[in-house]
Amino acid sequence: MQFMLLFSRQGKLRLQKWYVPLSDKEKKKITRELVQTVLARKPKMCSFLEWRDLKIVYKRYASLYFCCAIEDQDNELITLEIIHRYVELLDKYFGSVCELDIIFNFEKAYFILDEFLLGGEAQETSKKNVLKAIEQADLLQEVRLGGGLFFLGFNSFH
Amino acid sequence: MSDVVEKTLTALPGLLLSLDSQPGAAKLCATSRLGSLVRSITELTSKNVGEEMAEPPAGPRSPKQMKEIMVRAIYCEMLGYEASFSYIHAIKLAQQGSVLEKRVGYLAVSLFLHESHDLLLLLVNTVLKDLQSTNLIEVCMALTVVSQIFPKDMIPAVLPLVEDKLTHSKEIIRRKAVLALYKFYLIAPNQVQHIHDKFRKALCDKDPGVMTASLHIYLKLIKESPESYKDLTDSFVTILKQVVGGKLPVDFNYHSVPAPWLQMQLLRILALLGKEDQRTSEMMYEVLDESLRRAEINHNITYAILYECLKTIYTIHPKSELLEKAAKCIGKFVLSPKINLKYLGLKALTYVVQQDPNLALQHQMTIIECLDHSDPIIKRETLELLYRITNGQNVSVIVEKMLDFLRLSKDEYTTIDLVGKVAELAEKYPFPYNSWFIQTMNAIFSIGGDVMQPDIPNNFLRLLAEGFDSDEEDRQLRLLAVDSYLSLLECDTSGLPQRFLQVISWVLGEFSFLKEGLEPADVVERLGKLLDDDAITTETRCWVLAAMSKLCGSSDALCKAEKVAHKYTSCLDTALRQQAVELELLGRDVDLRTRVLPQHVIGFCVWLQVDSSLSFLDGFVSDALARGAAPYKPPHQRQEELSQEKILNFEPYGLSLPVSLSACSLTDRQSPTALSLSSSLSGNSADPPLKAGSNLLKLEGVKRVWGKQGYLPEKQATEEALAQEPSSIFAPSHQQACSESQQTTFSTIVEQDQEKRQLASSLFVGLGSQNAPCLLGKPEASSSQRFRRKVRPEDPSDVNRSLAVSSSFSHSSSALDVLLDNAIPDPTAVCLLVEPASAQNLSDSTSEAVPAVGNTEVVEASEVSSLSGGSGPLAQPSSQVERGLESDLPSRLPATLVGLLRSDVEELCSGESLSLSACKVFDADALVLAIFLKGAEFVLFSLFVCFSLCLNHLYSEGVAQCQGWEEHLNLGEASLYHSVSPPASCSCRPLPLTTEEYGKMWLSFSHDVKQNLMLLKHEEEDQLEAALTALKEKLCLHIVDVIGAEGIMACQLVSGRPCLLHCHTHGGMLAIWLRSPIADLPDCLLYHCQKAIQER
Repeated sequence: MQFMLLFSRQGKLRLQKWYVPLSDKEKKKITRELVQTVLARKPKMCSFLEWRDLKIVYKRYASLYFCCAIEDQDNELITLEIIHRYVELLDKYFGSVCELDIIFNFEKAYFILDEFLLGGEAQETSKKNVLKAIEQADLLQEVRLGGGLFFLGFNSFH
Repeated sequence: MSDVVEKTLTALPGLLLSLDSQPGAAKLCATSRLGSLVRSITELTSKNVGEEMAEPPAGPRSPKQMKEIMVRAIYCEMLGYEASFSYIHAIKLAQQGSVLEKRVGYLAVSLFLHESHDLLLLLVNTVLKDLQSTNLIEVCMALTVVSQIFPKDMIPAVLPLVEDKLTHSKEIIRRKAVLALYKFYLIAPNQVQHIHDKFRKALCDKDPGVMTASLHIYLKLIKESPESYKDLTDSFVTILKQVVGGKLPVDFNYHSVPAPWLQMQLLRILALLGKEDQRTSEMMYEVLDESLRRAEINHNITYAILYECLKTIYTIHPKSELLEKAAKCIGKFVLSPKINLKYLGLKALTYVVQQDPNLALQHQMTIIECLDHSDPIIKRETLELLYRITNGQNVSVIVEKMLDFLRLSKDEYTTIDLVGKVAELAEKYPFPYNSWFIQTMNAIFSIGGDVMQPDIPNNFLRLLAEGFDSDEEDRQLRLLAVDSYLSLLECDTSGLPQRFLQVISWVLGEFSFLKEGLEPADVVERLGKLLDDDAITTETRCWVLAAMSKLCGSSDALCKAEKVAHKYTSCLDTALRQQAVELELLGRDVDLRTRVLPQHVIGFCVWLQVDSSLSFLDGFVSDALARGAAPYKPPHQRQEELSQEKILNFEPYGLSLPVSLSACSLTDRQSPTALSLSSSLSGNSADPPLKAGSNLLKLEGVKRVWGKQGYLPEKQATEEALAQEPSSIFAPSHQQACSESQQTTFSTIVEQDQEKRQLASSLFVGLGSQNAPCLLGKPEASSSQRFRRKVRPEDPSDVNRSLAVSSSFSHSSSALDVLLDNAIPDPTAVCLLVEPASAQNLSDSTSEAVPAVGNTEVVEASEVSSLSGGSGPLAQPSSQVERGLESDLPSRLPATLVGLLRSDVEELCSGESLSLSACKVFDADALVLAIFLKGAEFVLFSLFVCFSLCLNHLYSEGVAQCQGWEEHLNLGEASLYHSVSPPASCSCRPLPLTTEEYGKMWLSFSHDVKQNLMLLKHEEEDQLEAALTALKEKLCLHIVDVIGAEGIMACQLVSGRPCLLHCHTHGGMLAIWLRSPIADLPDCLLYHCQKAIQER
């Protein structure tokens, strides 16, 4: 996978993750172009797009568009399922996720994404394992806030 | 809005200062700041954004506050406002914060920075510290950031630590470590070479997550060299069997499908392993069948696996049973009402249709429907499919459909791609009718405009200039082109793309005389009108002027042309000015004009000869080299060196004449067939009228490839096939069309149906029963052309090889030093053997390599025994020396080399008491250079150097004088100097092929060069045979077949890379056409062919 973008129906970017090194200018240009192209497509149309030499796989969940760029030899359907799995993870973590969750806790959304995809490849495909890893890290955060016990997180990590 | 943002951003430093002076104002930081920021940003205008962003870059802040600020900075960056001032703080936060701040710090770093960002170096220490931490979460975070962004140069610093983590007790750590190594492998494959067996351990990990992660690495490794991992096939098959059988924990199920990601990864790996390998493929048939059978649930994920499975089945060695099942699956996709699946079905069909054109026939009605689909993506994919099934009979319909799509498409990328394909089809099947071809090309030029690939107009012009079998046909085609362009010039030309105008002016300049009753003056006038348009570029103006100078035959035209040209004689653009001045000069000198512009010679470009090897410069180059000029380096080598030299050059750039000239010579040589006006205008020729023709000369030198039916070499085969199957070709497709349409479109109205059926029969005509010519001819040809754009010009393994060669050089010379130190008192034989360093064919050449290694021992043994035996054996050769080299020295070759082909022993140089001789022995996979150092009394020693030969060799020698192998021998008072350049032609070995195999290979090779060579000996009866024999002898080629005036030959490099030659004689010329899968090979082999023919 080359990159992943989340944007709203109004075209506002909500999350961006780039797995290939690109300049900021390039990123902005790609984002602008893609958001326009994807938003212009009708709901009954195919979820795949050919764009430059890449393939774009996108899916809309409520008001949010999830959009991934993959290479030619990659499988489109599995990318669609990667998006779906990510949504499932968000849903499970936030408890019926909505756009506002992602806006106000976008760093959490990033953490989950990093735990699921690493360097553009699916890292952990077991939903349970991903959430467990996130919870462990979060737990540490809370313990720290509450009791200030620094290494408790380490002990509980099993 | 953007200027408001800009204003606020420019005001930022001021704001920062003011905030600093009022610490209270900025100290509002609280946990809810992000929320309020988000709210205010969404509610307010962008004016406030700058203010909100304005975080004091320095100052006493607790990590907790910093974390909040960082989250806000990330948000701002996402909205598109640059927050580069916060980058350094992100790194600081990752370094200083406790775990939870660190997490945000690392996140911010991975989002803000990219791999080559300078600040990233500051992170290395933090990562190192965290990798060693006892806190698991810190280790996880460090590994995560390492596998996202890490500077390439710093990999060695963390590599041992990451490696250690592979044996960590926690699976999450092992998994992340494997992925980090995967990342390292991607950015610097050499650095992780030593841990390949640790990857194997990861593959056998008991945790499925770790194992899945290791597959990423294996996929990449196997893609690079499938040969070296064949032994793992069994393991992969077993794993897949277990996964499909549901042996994994339920955790890994996704919608009740067991570990789909893992399955797909394995299928992909199996496809790579089983490709073109029957034995390996046989191991996986069973599990593939199982996968197909299990994937029954109607869910996206099963379709994803099915699709991957299909691809694998069609990639590996075919098994009819599986293919049948796969074909059924493709049907499921294509007929699915879900649009995503339909798209994939079309894609699968596109992939498969070359192997099995009948599949397209089965689904023709669906394909027709997709052609009119409302979604352009579906349409696009359908066109791609049609492109693959194009043949001589349906080409006009398909091209029409493609052009229709192009007219509606706005996307530049699609346009470039599709225009290229249309042009390819139009050229491949150029003559349903001549006028169709010209019209199609016109449409391509006007739609493709200036974005299309530049070789499209070049090829078109070449086709026109070169002509075909019959002169009448050529005349007609050219006339049609002239006619259509004249009428185009009548209308408004302002909308025409520059490239099209260039084509028009060239054709009119070249061929307008064919039209009777058309005055050159008229043409000049019309061309002149083009120049009035301000929008036309200087380059096009040059083309127009060049065309005018060709039309200057009559005084009327000349007068008009001069008038136009006069305007440009003071033009600022030098190329244009030169063109204009040349035209003026041509006008003044009548003699010159009649000489360079003969009237009414058809295709007068043909008799212009180009010496594309620029051999007339050889003397100049060697003079320059002797004077100490740097030897020529090919562009890719220069590029490499440039990229290696990162240090700034403070020296002024010198302009060295020899180097620049040899550079020119190479650019010309590299593209002997390119039609490039600019190079003809480079301005170092003294004879301007030649200039006018010099864009012509590059057009010629190309064999006739196109006949009425298309491609000439295949013509015969196609004709034969057609003869065997008389006109009934049309019948089956009709029948099938009917039955198919009855099945699928009951409900459609009869009329519509009729229409579609007609379309179907025109589209799918000639597909079904014509399998044989189809498989042999067109589809493969199209696939090879399709791959052409994807093939990288440089094969990475070549770089390795060149390294190996250079090291072998240094080896041999240093070993020689050692030898000279030790050996003189006690003469011994030394053998250096550098194994052919080809990583690729390691496995298949091991058997050959073993005897080669054996060589060494044999040589050593025999030499040592013969020489150390005392004075007796030493005295014997000395008596032989008197009798002459030829009889003596070859006998000193070791037994393994005696039977092989070798050159005569040549004396390289000699001093008073010593002489050095050498001969070349052509081993199957190497060139052995046998060097004999001979004293006045006896042979001192023999040295056998085994060169591993490779392309670079051939290339470097072909282009300029190879630096070779220089060495000084200091033996007491006697001193010898000699440089040996391993001759390039030695790297060729004959490649025995049948004509049929040759035909197949020819089509699959993508790089070609064509050239006409002058055969000097006109008196010979059979010029072709003489030429072929010369080539065979000089270059070790294998003559495959001779048919009439055409001959085909094949050879291979010692590394096993093939190159095919096609020769054709006509009227004292030898047209050579070379093809090979390697980019530079045809070009440099051509050089040697030319040399061989000349020296004959």
